[in-house]
Amino acid sequence: MISLAHYIVLGAVLFCIAVAGLFINRKNVIVLLMSIELMLLAVNMNFVAFSRFLGDVSGQVFVFFILTVAAAEAAVGLAILVVLFRTRSTINIADIDSMKG
Amino acid sequence: MNPQTLQLICFYAFAMVTVVAALAVITLKNTVHAVLALVLTFFSAACLWMLLDAEFLALVLVVVYVGAVMVLFLFVVMMLDIDQEKMHEGFVKFLPVGVVVAVVMLVEMLGLIGVHAMHAQDLGVNPATAASLSNTAWLGHALYTKFLLPFEVAALILTVGLVAAVALTLRERHDTRYESASRQVKVNPRDRVRLVKMAAVRSEPPAGTDEKPAGEPQS
Repeated sequence: MISLAHYIVLGAVLFCIAVAGLFINRKNVIVLLMSIELMLLAVNMNFVAFSRFLGDVSGQVFVFFILTVAAAEAAVGLAILVVLFRTRSTINIADIDSMKG
Repeated sequence: MNPQTLQLICFYAFAMVTVVAALAVITLKNTVHAVLALVLTFFSAACLWMLLDAEFLALVLVVVYVGAVMVLFLFVVMMLDIDQEKMHEGFVKFLPVGVVVAVVMLVEMLGLIGVHAMHAQDLGVNPATAASLSNTAWLGHALYTKFLLPFEVAALILTVGLVAAVALTLRERHDTRYESASRQVKVNPRDRVRLVKMAAVRSEPPAGTDEKPAGEPQS
């Protein structure tokens, strides 16, 4: 029988994979964006599982809003990426240091 | 076979595909392959949500995420001319710290979950079925009553995202010629064409010059 713990563990594993992706892909902005999408997926997995477990619709409504905002975020992020590549001809994070942060 | 055992087998199969595809996303050298692996991750996650009776969200994940967002990713990846080899250097350097952080985080999370999930809590009855609704109707009732304002704000956010994406990538090129519609509309015909009154008959050629056919240049 599938229990709540199955889904939470899967969410945790996905989230940790995404964190590892942020660490090991230090050059490629696109893979970093994809890691963030993976994190959001892990969180959504927990939301859906708890919504089902508690019988509360709010969790699934929240997943709906997260998907909406993530879609807008991906569109704006990729637009920034395109502009960045057009002006700097690179998407390497190490080269994007003009703000001296 | 017991349907619950079948469900468990399906869960493990889909979960394995999800995790393997997620690992492929962060390790594959070719970014296009990584995007395709992310598509597989989302798809199998949608299957897992189907197992949870969240049909609407599973379909939204496939249609919106796989169909729109990941295709956008694919477009951008293919449009940019990226040196794949150069992008991948430093992978080995950062691999140990990434793995250590991820494993420590995972152990902490699993410890936390394990304490709370000593006895397996099954998911119980589907709340939508309990309310004798489909999952979509259940979600829709909540969206259009309790969450109406956030729903409208979400629409606004999408519009802002659309406008921002266009505004960011739109560029004025100086080597192309544009036509200005407002200037075209505002044009006055009298500024462009001058009507000159002319006699309908041709006057006699002045005396002294020979008869020459019209149109020939006169020396």
